[in-house]
Order: sequence, then C-alpha cells, then structure tokens
Amino acid sequence: MNRLKNSFETLKQNNDKALVGFVTAGDPDIETSLKIVTAMCENGMDILELGVPFSDPSADGPVIQRSSSRALKHDVSLKTVMDMIRKIRKITSIPIIIFSYYNPIMAYGIENFQPDAIAAGADGVLVVDLPLEESPELTSLWNQTDFSLINLVAPTTPKERMAKIASASSGFLYLVSKTGVTGSDGLDTSEIETQMNILRSVTDLPVCVGFGISTAEDVATVASMADGVVIGSAFERLIEENINSPELVSIIVQQTAEYKAATKQN
Amino acid sequence: MNPDIHFNSRMYPDTNGHFGPYGGRYVAETLMPALIELEAAYKQFLPDPEFQKALNILLKNYTGRPTPIFFAERLSRSIGGASIYLKREDLTHTGAHKINNTLGQTLLAKWMRKKKVIAETGAGQHGVATATTAALFGMECKIFMGVEDIQRQAPNVKRMELLGAEVVPVASGTGTLKDAMNEAMRYWVSAIRDTFYVIGSVAGPHPYPVMVREFQKIIGEESKIQIQELAGRLPDLLVACVGGGSNAMGLFFPFIEDQSVQMLGVEAAGTGIETGKHAATLNAGSVGVLHGSKSYVLQDENGQITEAHSISAGLDYPGVGPEHSLLKDINRVQYAAVTDQQALEAFSALCRLEGIIPALESSHALAAAMFEAKNRSKDDIILINLSGRGDKDLGIVGPLL
Repeated sequence: MNRLKNSFETLKQNNDKALVGFVTAGDPDIETSLKIVTAMCENGMDILELGVPFSDPSADGPVIQRSSSRALKHDVSLKTVMDMIRKIRKITSIPIIIFSYYNPIMAYGIENFQPDAIAAGADGVLVVDLPLEESPELTSLWNQTDFSLINLVAPTTPKERMAKIASASSGFLYLVSKTGVTGSDGLDTSEIETQMNILRSVTDLPVCVGFGISTAEDVATVASMADGVVIGSAFERLIEENINSPELVSIIVQQTAEYKAATKQN
Repeated sequence: MNPDIHFNSRMYPDTNGHFGPYGGRYVAETLMPALIELEAAYKQFLPDPEFQKALNILLKNYTGRPTPIFFAERLSRSIGGASIYLKREDLTHTGAHKINNTLGQTLLAKWMRKKKVIAETGAGQHGVATATTAALFGMECKIFMGVEDIQRQAPNVKRMELLGAEVVPVASGTGTLKDAMNEAMRYWVSAIRDTFYVIGSVAGPHPYPVMVREFQKIIGEESKIQIQELAGRLPDLLVACVGGGSNAMGLFFPFIEDQSVQMLGVEAAGTGIETGKHAATLNAGSVGVLHGSKSYVLQDENGQITEAHSISAGLDYPGVGPEHSLLKDINRVQYAAVTDQQALEAFSALCRLEGIIPALESSHALAAAMFEAKNRSKDDIILINLSGRGDKDLGIVGPLL
C-alpha cells in the first residue's frame, strides 16, 4: 500500500491540501523530538519530513542550521533517524519522508539505505544535494517500488528540466517558492503561481510548495494553488524559541492545528 | 599499484564533471541552473581568442607573468642530494598563485555580464586576489570569511577592505573556510541572477574543478618550457602543497602524460596524522560529498565533516579537489603529509639559504621536497611550486621561530 498516494487521494476527496511538516530529527534531543513529532502527527500533519542533521547544511538558512547543530550535540545520525522512524511508525500511518544531505547516506551505505528505510517504515527520501544528474547512483540500487524519490524544483528551473525532474520523481514534487535558502522571509505568490502553471503542464504528480512559508495566512494562500504546503523553519523557530519551556509540545500542537485549519479549502 | 599507463588526462572530466568516480554536481536544485549557465559560458568564452587575448595581456602586464624558475643552489647543496628548482608563484601580483584563477573567473563574470562577484576565503589569499580583480574590473565584491580566520588573518581583512570589498563574517559551524564556503553558496542561491561565485580552488561542483585547473595550468605550461631551457630536460619530480589543490593541479596537469615525471602532492599533517589534528584529506580521509563534489573528505563514521587542523590557514580544509582523488587512486600522483613543525623548519631554511620567505602552505611542499632530495643523486631535478610568499604568515611564525 502506497501511503503517499493514498494520502493525496484522501485529501483530494475531502477537498483538502497536505500539511507537510519538517523537523530535524533529534532536536532539541531525541526524546523531546519524538514527543514533538508525535504531537504533530496527532494534530493534523499529513506528511512528515524528518531531517537528518548534517554538519554542513549549505542549502539551509540559519534556523535549520542551528537545529542541525543542536541535534548533532546528541550524536544524531541516520541510524538514529531510522530508529526514530521505527518508533514513529508505531503511532501513525501518515507518510514519512527522510530529508537528508547525501553525505550521511553515503556514510550509512547506499546499498543498505532503501531496504533499511522501508523496514523502518519510511515512504521516501528527499536528498537535498542530489540533483537529477547524480541521483541514479542511489536510485539504480533500489529494487522496491513503494519508496519515493522526492525532488526539488527551483524558481530558476527551466520548463524542460522540470519535465525531466518530474519523470525521475515519484510521490510528489517539492517546489521551492523562491530563490534562497530555507527560512527566507516573504512569499512571492505570483512567482509560485507561474511556476505551478508550468509544472502542471509537465506532470500529474502532486506538488508541495515550501521555503519561506510561516503564517497561517501564507498556508491558506499556498494551499489554494498547490497540493501541499511544506513548513520547516517556522516549526524549528518555535522549537528554538521555546526550547526550555514546559509548554514546548503544546505550543507545537497548537501551531500544527492552526496550519492544518488553513489548508482546508472552503 | 602501478601507475595507469593508459591514463589520458584529456578524458577527464566527463560531460557531467566526473573525474572517474569523483567530482560531479552535488548541489540543491536551486543552484543547478546557475551551474549549467556557468558551464555553458565557460565552454563558449574560454576558447574565444578575444577572451584568451584579454586574459593573457592581464596575466603578463598586471600579474607579472611569466613567473621565473629559480635554481635554489645553496638549498640544494646544503641537502647534498637532488637539484631543487623553485617555480616563483610568490612573485605574482598579490603574492600567490590565486590571482591566476581570480583574473580568469572575474573576466568570465564580466563576459557573462554579471555585476557582482562573491568568494570564500580561509587565509585571505583568495579573498585578496578576488577583491583585487573585482577592483580591476569595477565590480562589487563580497568576501565570506570565518570569524576564526578573521581573527587569525587580520592584515588580509584590511587589504580586502582597502580594495573595496565587503568582508562578511561567518560565525556558523567552526567559523573557518568550510563554513565560509557554505555561506557563500547560501548567498549565491539568493543572488544568483546577477552574481558570479569565484571559487578559489579545484573544488566545488562542476565546472569549478576543471575551470580552476584551466586557469591555473599556466603554472605547469610555463614550467615545462622554462625547466627545459634551464636544465635541458624535464624534471624528475614535481612537488606542490595540496589544500583544495589548485596550485598542485596547475603545476601537475601539463605534465600528467609525461611518464618520466613523478609527482608529489603534500598535505598538512598538522600536529601529526596520528593525533587526529591534521588536514591530510587524501592520506587519512574517506570518500564523501562536500561543497558540491564527491572526493576524499575528513569525516566521522556518520558522515559528519570533521574539523581540519594546520598551521597553514590555506591548507586547513577538510576536503580536496576531485581530480586529486582520481590521481591518487590511479597512482599517478603520490600524496605525502608534512607536520606543522617540519613545515616551519623548511620555512626557516629557505629564508636563510636563499633569501626567500615562503608562504606556510608552500613550506609544506618545500619540506617534503627537501626530504625527497636527500635520497636522490644531484643529477635529479626536483621542481617545487613555491605557490606564495610568506609575509602574511609573520604573525604566526614570529612567536614560533
């Protein structure tokens, strides 16, 4: 059973869009991180992107860089992330995407990556720094089809390249809303609309939009154009700001519910 | 393993920028269109006779090329082995080979009608060279530099500012060169439409490793002619230091297919490889992906990049250019490592015996070459790339010697 496909189909039937939540695994520590993810799963998140912390996150802005550093203080590795996914899978049936830079996957072993990820309960992977040209070295080793490769599409990606990326992807496409790194401020809705129109003309895959989306208002706007909305830095910022607060988990619960309310179409 | 006699250097890189299993473009899709645009411009403009003419005039009249080769007679005699020759890249404008590359890339930026250049720097030499060529072409310039390096290399910060560049402090990670490169990549993504990123070594995503090699190979091309004029034949051994590896690729590349010429790349062993505080990526690292290319890197068992250590800020980098990884694997180039202390001794020797103050980076090459020279006959010719001058290092060397 393909959880991603199911998820998008159910959402469509309910005239709803996907709330895709990103958090760095093990931030601020493994136990709290599991509580946060559980709370998100139970309060309306439709798809989980679980970030593998990396020492050199060159595509990420300062908020996710700091979350990565916090997790690395607890020696969180891809192996730890697999363990966390095993635990999360027991409490939820939503799709889980591993979000990683390529080096931790190489160090883990590219041969073992897919079978282990599937066994743990993951549904796909987004490798930030593995573009179309390089991804076959990983995906050519895959022999199970129920595991998606999620690819990024950028505002600067030309149409023909979008088509090639789409045909190498499964599950959904991740449209980056603006040039920049994660957590950049502001939303350019006309740019998203233009890119969405081009993407729709080259693929039937669901498209989720991310980068720079932080308010419920942003979520509603993007949800009206795309199949899903990805929130990353905004969650990480909440974790950072409330890191010592006993209310941390309930703050995340509240925010998740608020975002979820905004994805629902009238 | 024997050297691969079938190795043909013109076969590398392939169309996607791979040097055998290394190199490539491991970057987020947000950077890919810019890299594709850069590759197209590089392929179009570099062979253009007008571009080459403009570059050659600047290399001659602005940089001071060709740099001479000098027979280090007193140094050679003091060792009592092979004859040591020095390729004097330290005599270029700004005092290091880095300017060969920044002139080329900034000229390319100009031809691409980009208005701004950015660069990362560790020791500050590449930053100074980029600030220099940006001033020359009237372009806006931002240099990303780790906060640790800003402390260690204050005179170069001042030089960059005098040249009109903005020095952007980078506090993330370890506050050193690798973090400056991460930050430059982040900035580039957000400013991609009007900004050219000048990478300082044969590292980074394709086309940088091949492009930087093309701009640096003039070192080896000149050397090949000069050494034959001076000594009547090709050298037996080439020696160059390797951080990212641009001065080494520049010297080695034109000799790669000359099977009689041995090559030695010299990494920084810091306080000793066994202490864990070193920058000997090829000697003690493993294959990984950092800053957009696959190569040897210093990393832990989980694939987290570890910190490099060297007395020489220019070698203090946990990665290495992908072509070096290939040259190591096929055994065409040998890679040794020299400690801080050995480099300091070589530094001192050259100062006193030849009246030349070498950069600490180049002192690593010198130390390894002096060791090699000892076990060779005086008919043997060793050519060292003296990649930079040592004035910038006086603050570090002063208290130690």
